[in-house]
Amino acid sequence: MALPAPLNTALRAAAMLFFVVVVAACSRSSNDAVGLTGAGNLGPGGGAPGSQQEFIVTVGDRVFFETDSSSLTSEAMATLDKQAAWLNQYQNYRILIEGHADERGTREYNIALGARRASVVVNYLTSKGVNGGRITSQSFGKERPVAICNDISCWSQNRRAVTVVQ
Amino acid sequence: MTLLTRRSALKLGLAGSALLATSQMTMAQLRIVVEGANFQPLPIAIPDFASSDPNFGREIADIVRNNLRRSGLFLPLDPASLPVQVGDVNGTPDFNVWRTANVDALVMGSVERGGQISSSVRVWDTQQAAQVVGKSYNTDPNSARRIAHIVSDAIYEQLAGGTGYFDTRVIYTAESGPKANRTRRLAIMDQDGANVQYLTDGSTMALTPRFAPNGDLVTYMNFADGNPQVYLLQLSSGQQQRLANVGAMTFAPRFSPDGGTVAFSVEQGGATNLYAISTGGGSPVQLTSGAAIDTGPSYSPDGSRIVFESDRGGSPQIYMMGAGGGNAQRISFGQGSYSTPVWSPKGDLIAFTRQSGGQFHIGVMAPDGSGERLLYSSFHAEGPTWAPNGRVIMFFQDPGGNDGPRLMSVDIWGRNPLTIATETYASDPSWSNLRS
Repeated sequence: MALPAPLNTALRAAAMLFFVVVVAACSRSSNDAVGLTGAGNLGPGGGAPGSQQEFIVTVGDRVFFETDSSSLTSEAMATLDKQAAWLNQYQNYRILIEGHADERGTREYNIALGARRASVVVNYLTSKGVNGGRITSQSFGKERPVAICNDISCWSQNRRAVTVVQ
Repeated sequence: MTLLTRRSALKLGLAGSALLATSQMTMAQLRIVVEGANFQPLPIAIPDFASSDPNFGREIADIVRNNLRRSGLFLPLDPASLPVQVGDVNGTPDFNVWRTANVDALVMGSVERGGQISSSVRVWDTQQAAQVVGKSYNTDPNSARRIAHIVSDAIYEQLAGGTGYFDTRVIYTAESGPKANRTRRLAIMDQDGANVQYLTDGSTMALTPRFAPNGDLVTYMNFADGNPQVYLLQLSSGQQQRLANVGAMTFAPRFSPDGGTVAFSVEQGGATNLYAISTGGGSPVQLTSGAAIDTGPSYSPDGSRIVFESDRGGSPQIYMMGAGGGNAQRISFGQGSYSTPVWSPKGDLIAFTRQSGGQFHIGVMAPDGSGERLLYSSFHAEGPTWAPNGRVIMFFQDPGGNDGPRLMSVDIWGRNPLTIATETYASDPSWSNLRS
């Protein structure tokens, strides 16, 4: 059996674009409705209502963690609240939560840390009414970074849990 | 200094405190070696091995020279500088010629390829005009490099004491492709990097292979089922199977010293605990409980205890418990975090990865946590494994960015850091026992 398919190339590109928007939005104000204003700027890239692309671009498919932490930040909870609302509206999707760690840890510990982060997101979404039977989770440890560099700003993008709707 | 003195220095220094009660001079030698200061590798002359195929004789001698040089304990002299270019195992060397050339230790070898490969070797102490090793070996005709490793081990054992480690293999994770989507597959090679074979095709990620004591069975982490799961792989047959069906995810496996049990981590609902299971099947036995991450279990050589890492106190640290679980005691107390503890096959030390000061370090400590020494530090270094004689550690280091990991070795005194050349990026080394 093959690995669960990661985001396809187009979605991945959209996700990266969304990153830029999120970072810009965060720098302007803290708990702004992150992504919503940015999505407007993306025009058709926002995706049709109920589409995977809408989830990735408009709702936001990922949350970030502090170093060695699996606690949800206020920004992360805001994103997960929007994810839960969307997932409760569009109940036909199955949900995979991917847990990831940055490269500043050892391999086996980071596999466990990725699982712990995924578990925290699963628990939060189910607490917001998402049916746990729709959700599976997987840890990738530090093996699938999205940002490649040697500094803290970059590692912070890799400490993430990604909600994949499929 | 005579060869005998140097040889004694090597042997005594490496043998440890059991031989302390000798002369003042050897005590001084002992201290020098253990502290790593003023240590001088033993110069040794190894002419090409005599053979009806001179190229073959040179090839075998090159492997022996390379092994001994890479150990850091020997300094093989330039073969072109030697008074005799090709070995002679039948006669007695002209000791005066060798003494004049400042050679104290001399290896004379021969090798022939027939139905089997046969090799004979004699090691001479030119100062004492005495033979210190005389051995003959046969191997199957496809094992030319192995006979060179076996000869190397014989020389090492006589001159440096303890057991050798050259006739061994390393199983590791071969990595290729861009960092964000890297292919990771299992590979195996001789300890010096020769004879690489790839064991998995890379279609699913494979990580952290560990040898069983018999060198034929391997346990590793396989992502074929989605979440990583522990698998057993038999090298001789190529057959493999999942080890256990417990929890959401199983990983971080390691064999017990008798090979009959695998200790590993089980993740369920974000909590990771340690379990053990017989390789013959049966139910997994839970060894730790709680909401923390407990991983990286490694058995003591007598099988009675397990050292592991846990973040139950906040950051990852090293803990010790009985092999049946329960009553774990923390043994690491330095600044930063500690992970990947691995018990030395001699039982005297535990190797680990430590993160502190923005760096990664490979180090060793006694099983009670005392006497910590850091052997190698860099931007990222991780995952020690022991040579079977307990004197050399292999691990991987990664310069970061878009670059990838490479295997390295260092001795337990922090001397002689070496990169092991591999054709791909490489991580997660596991060192086999001496082959039989």
